Amino acid sequence: MSALLSIDRLRVELPAKKGSRTVIHDVSLDVRAGEAVALVGESGSGKSMTTRAVMRLLPEGARLSGEIRFDGVSIPGMDRRALRRWRATRVGMVFQDPRAHINPVRRIGDFLMEGVRLDGRLSAGQARERVSRLMRAVGVADVDRRLSQYPHELSGGLLQRVMIAAALATEPDLLLADEPTTALDVTTQEEVVAIIDGLRRERGLAMLFITHDLDLAAAVCDRIAVMYAGSIVEERPAGALTPDASHPYTRGLLAARPEIGRREPRLRTIEGRPISAFEVGDGCAFATRCPMVRDLCRRERPAPVHVTGGRVACHFAGEAEPQAVVGDGAAR
Amino acid sequence: MASVVIYGAMFVVPGDPASLLVGGSKPNPEALAAIRRQFHLDEPFWQSYLRWLGGAVRGDFGTSLVYRSPVADLIAARALTTLLLVAYAAIVIIVAGVGLGLLAGWKERRAGAVITVATTVMMGAPTFVMAVVFVAVFATGLGWFPVFGAGSGLADRLWHLTLPAFALAFSWIAYVAQMTRASVREELRSEHVDTARGRGVPERSILRRHVLRNASGPILTVSGLTVAGLFAGTAVAEQAFGINGVGALLVQSAAKQDLAIVQAISLVLVVAFVMVNMLVDVANALLDPRATRRTAG
Repeated sequence: MSALLSIDRLRVELPAKKGSRTVIHDVSLDVRAGEAVALVGESGSGKSMTTRAVMRLLPEGARLSGEIRFDGVSIPGMDRRALRRWRATRVGMVFQDPRAHINPVRRIGDFLMEGVRLDGRLSAGQARERVSRLMRAVGVADVDRRLSQYPHELSGGLLQRVMIAAALATEPDLLLADEPTTALDVTTQEEVVAIIDGLRRERGLAMLFITHDLDLAAAVCDRIAVMYAGSIVEERPAGALTPDASHPYTRGLLAARPEIGRREPRLRTIEGRPISAFEVGDGCAFATRCPMVRDLCRRERPAPVHVTGGRVACHFAGEAEPQAVVGDGAAR
Repeated sequence: MASVVIYGAMFVVPGDPASLLVGGSKPNPEALAAIRRQFHLDEPFWQSYLRWLGGAVRGDFGTSLVYRSPVADLIAARALTTLLLVAYAAIVIIVAGVGLGLLAGWKERRAGAVITVATTVMMGAPTFVMAVVFVAVFATGLGWFPVFGAGSGLADRLWHLTLPAFALAFSWIAYVAQMTRASVREELRSEHVDTARGRGVPERSILRRHVLRNASGPILTVSGLTVAGLFAGTAVAEQAFGINGVGALLVQSAAKQDLAIVQAISLVLVVAFVMVNMLVDVANALLDPRATRRTAG
C-alpha cells in the first residue's frame, strides 16, 4: 500500500542572524491512508516544524530540501492555487493553542463556516447544517448559542473542540494534530483525545499526531516515530515500542516515565541537556548524552537502518542494557 | 481643567490688552478703565473665569476687543470652511495613510522598504514647508490650483482647499502609514493568520477578514488622534494659504492679543479634540467584541 503522506529526507533551515540554522536534519516518514502515526520528541526536537513544513507554513525565508508528497503530488512543488485547494480540501490541522489560533474578533460560527464555504459548493444553510452536526459530534451542547459567541466566551477545552470540528468540516483525508492537548488541563485532555481518536477511526482518517507524551502516542496511534534534535532516531509499531526499543534515546524516554502504582524516590531523567538541532555536529545527535557513546558516534552520523517492524538510527542499536541508559537524576 | 489653563494663560502673557486696544504711546487712564470694565478685566481671576465659562457653555464667548462683535458670530462665520478643510485632510490622511501602510505591510519585500523610507522623509516635512512647496509647484508653477482663498460653492471650495488639505495632511499620512504597517505586520505574524492560511483561505480574504479587521483598533486610534490634532494644524495651513477660517482667526487674534477670541477658539479646539477621541473610543469598543461584552454584561 502506498503512503498518503510521504516525507522523504526532509531538511529545513531557518534564516538566523548569521547565515542559517538547521532545524530539521533528516526526517523520513510515511503515513498511509487511515493510519495514525505519532511523532514524539521533546520541545525543540523539530516535530512541530515538521508539520509546518508539511502544511507549508514555515516562516519566511526558510529553506527546505528533500521531498514531501501527498497522494503522489509534491507539496513543496505546488503553485499557490493548487496549495490552496489542497489545504482547503485534503488536509485539516489542529493547533496546540486554540486561543491564539482562532481569530478573537470573529464569531465561532464565522470561524467554522469560513473553511467549509471556501470551495463554494455548499450554500450558507448547508454549511451551517454540516457545522452544527460536527459541533454535536465533538461533544458541544447548545450549538446555536455557541456559534454566535466569540472565542473569549468559550473555555480552552471547548475552543479546542471547535478547532477539531473546523479541521474535520472540510472532510479531509489527513489530520495534522500538533500537540492538540498540551494547552488543556488533564481531564479536558482525555476528552479531547477521545474525541479525536473516535472521529478519526469512524471516518477512516489518516493522522499525524505530534506529542511529547509516549503513553498518549501509544494509545491513539498505530506507529510511533521518535525525534531527537531534528532527526527521527527510531520508528516502531506502537505496540512494539516498549519491548523492542533499541535506540538509547527511546529507551531513556521509556525508562523516564513515572509509573502509576510505583513510588519513585526521584524521577529518572536522561543525563545531560537536550540539544537543539542546529547544535548537532558531524556525529550522532545523541552522542553528547548517550551512556554507550563510542568514538564512531562522535565522528559519523548513523543512518536509519530497517529492523523488524521499524527503523532505527544508531551504530550500536540494541546493544545497550536499558538500565545503563538512565541516571537517577542525582547527578544533576 | 483645560479651560482654566486656557483662561489663565491669557493673564500671564506680557502686555495689557486694554492699552493695546486704545493705542498711542500715552493712553488715557479713563478710557483704559472703561475698557477694562467693559471686558471685565478688572475683576478677580476666579470671578471673571466663572463668568467666561458660564457664557461659553451657553455659546456666549464675549465680545472681541478688535472686531467689536460677538466672538461666537466670528467663529461661526468661519467654522464651515475650517470643518471642510479638516474633513478633507482627514479623508486624505486615512485613505492614503491606511492604503500605503497596508501595502507596505502586506508586500513587505516589494513595497515595504520604499514606503518606509518615503514616509520617514514625509514625517519630517511640516505643514508650512509643504504649503510653500505646493504653492510653488501646483499653484504658481503648473497653475492647477489657486494660490489662496477659500472659494464659494462646494466644488469651488474643495478645489481651493485641495492644496491646503494636502499640505496639512502630508506628514500625518506618513504617521498613519507607519502605524498601519506596524499593526498589519504584527497581525500577519499572528497565529490565527497561520490557521487561516492552513485552511486554504485566499490571501485577499485573510487580509480583509483577519488582518485589517484585527488591526483596525490601533489604526483607528492613531487616525483619531491625527484628525483631532488637525484642528490645531489648520492655524498654519489657513494662514499660509490665506483662507479665512477659524485657524487663521486664531493666529491673527493672538498677534493682536484679542483675548476673547483666542480663549474661545482654544476652548473649542480642546473640546473638538476630546470629542474626536471619545468617538474613537466608542468605535473601538464596538469593533472589539471583548470590549463590548465586558461593558454590556
